[in-house]
Amino acid sequence: MLVDFLFELRRHKLKVSTHEWQALMEALALGLHDSSLDGFYHLARAVCVKDITEYDAFDQAFLAYFKDVKADALALTRELEAWLTDPRLLAGLTDEQRRALQALDLDKLRQLFEQRLREQKERHDGGNRWIGTGGTSPFGNSGVNPSGIRVGGSGGGRSAMQVAEERRWKEYRKDVSLDVRQIDVALRGLRQLGRDGADEELDLDETVDETCKNAGDLELVYRPPRRNRVKVILLMDVGGSMDPHAELASRLFTAASRAGRFARFRSYYFHNCVYETVYEDAAFKKKVPVAELISHSDRDEKLVVLGDALMHPAELLDPGGAIYYYASNRTPGLEWLRRLAAHFRRAAWLNPEPDRYWGGTTVEVIASVFPMWQLTLEGLAGAVRYLVRGGARPAVPNPSNWVKLGLG
Amino acid sequence: MSFDQFSGTASYIASDELRHAVNVAVALARPLLVRGEPGTGKTLLAENVARALGLPLLRWHVKSTTKAKEGLYVYDTVARLHDSRFGDGDVKDIARYIRLGPLGLALAADHRVVLLIDEIDKADLEFPNDLLLELDAMRFRIDETGREVVAQERPIVIITSNNEKELPDAFLRRCVFHYIEFPGRELMQRIVRVHHPDLEDKVLDQALEVFYGLRATPKLRKRPTTSELIDWICALRKAGVDLGRVGGGIPFLGTLIKTEQDVELVGKRAKA
Repeated sequence: MLVDFLFELRRHKLKVSTHEWQALMEALALGLHDSSLDGFYHLARAVCVKDITEYDAFDQAFLAYFKDVKADALALTRELEAWLTDPRLLAGLTDEQRRALQALDLDKLRQLFEQRLREQKERHDGGNRWIGTGGTSPFGNSGVNPSGIRVGGSGGGRSAMQVAEERRWKEYRKDVSLDVRQIDVALRGLRQLGRDGADEELDLDETVDETCKNAGDLELVYRPPRRNRVKVILLMDVGGSMDPHAELASRLFTAASRAGRFARFRSYYFHNCVYETVYEDAAFKKKVPVAELISHSDRDEKLVVLGDALMHPAELLDPGGAIYYYASNRTPGLEWLRRLAAHFRRAAWLNPEPDRYWGGTTVEVIASVFPMWQLTLEGLAGAVRYLVRGGARPAVPNPSNWVKLGLG
Repeated sequence: MSFDQFSGTASYIASDELRHAVNVAVALARPLLVRGEPGTGKTLLAENVARALGLPLLRWHVKSTTKAKEGLYVYDTVARLHDSRFGDGDVKDIARYIRLGPLGLALAADHRVVLLIDEIDKADLEFPNDLLLELDAMRFRIDETGREVVAQERPIVIITSNNEKELPDAFLRRCVFHYIEFPGRELMQRIVRVHHPDLEDKVLDQALEVFYGLRATPKLRKRPTTSELIDWICALRKAGVDLGRVGGGIPFLGTLIKTEQDVELVGKRAKA
């Protein structure tokens, strides 16, 4: 049933609605898919997917659903046969391997190929390799680069399966690249408009109203222009484990500090964890006590922390744990973080480290204090939404065992 | 009516996928949302769909200050006020002061038209949502006069977006979507040929070699696009530069690379 394809799409987190599904059905009834799988691929994608960042997920769902389509498998087998019989590729084999290969006749080999093909498609949803590189497979043994049998490489007339298999939309996924422009666009959402200041702008509606009340004599009404009211404090972790992310951090800073973006923008630096002081400069010369930062900031300002939140547990949980600290800190870093998080109504932590590495580290502990997002297009958008509108914080695993360790 | 209505024009080469998407949108009578890198011919698409189908084209270029209602109609109160004070024309007839916008004209037209809504993402976030009903039902009401405008034939609506803002889901649901991929070499050859039909094969090859080499430069902030390639080739030919003989550096780099950092980056790589 084709409707399973709908659920396959939804399983891949594509928000295909009944609205779109009906449109697809209507299109199929009109014969817009050209009665071919290729036609169906393009039709379904055009109707159901509205964002290039979701093309990859579509390809995966398509592969998963149409994995049993015979025609393509056969065409592929032919391609692989040709590859096998090509003597050039056998040159690199050892005698032993060649003997082993010769021991299999072509029919047997083809059988194995088809079997392997089926297994592989079932097991993983859409990698680029059809045949494994492990030492046990007769195919992998040949020592030929797996990309050599990548489907869709040579010759014209690629089928939809091959296009999907290629997964060339992968790099457009939302969770990868971020340049200044993209950050700029994401930060545009961080605004709360309000009218403040001097009356500079002509209020047309009000002017018309007043003029009417004035029996047609012009009565001009002015009002203050709309400005962004959001004030932002950016706290940035620099040095050490943050070095690989320096470029990304500087892009975020460039976009955030752009003139006129926020009603007020301040930035401070810290290393690894926040203790009694933060610094106005990345060279750690101009101290600003955190207590002062808190007392001089309004609760409605938005605190954004950028850091990988990775450190030795002692740096976070123990008094005197600070890594570069000359006068040992009496209050553990976590407590300072708590104070900051408690003061501001909305605060967010952006972490350049991929979230799959967060588990079992200090990141989890800090994520229980600050709502944390990975610094990707998606994460940044989530953080901005939270800062402006509030709502649910991202889920964090319960780090109770950690907290017990340090704070009891 | 046949399905394969649009197949590109002599001056506009469309990929198979794009043609398919256009035809799907036309057949389903839904707006076609086109995205893609700048310079891949999103706006030109509408012009050429109109030309290929022999329909008039209405353009609505969206700006950051554009309101959805302006696309339908504008009630020119100031003109009416002016007339009431200085006694020009019949002030009682409000319809005289209603001016239809591009979308309004498309719906009020007595024949099928192509409507281009260009760069929809430039406007306010809520802009697309304000158009939902009009694009769905293809009708609207002029509140001031009570006139109900209903499209005789659903216009072909082509919407372009540069991906600057996320468009609302409710809006996306009603569209057919296509992403114009950056053309590969073969398609690009055909595209350049359209603009420079008498270009020698060798020259074209060399130019494309340099062009795709530039595009492959890692960390480039703004990669050169089709329209820039065409300009560049135009400049090369006007100046009579032979790419094969020029050593070191790319002539007229300014037509391809538009930011200081990129010029620097390309310069560094050329030296290395």
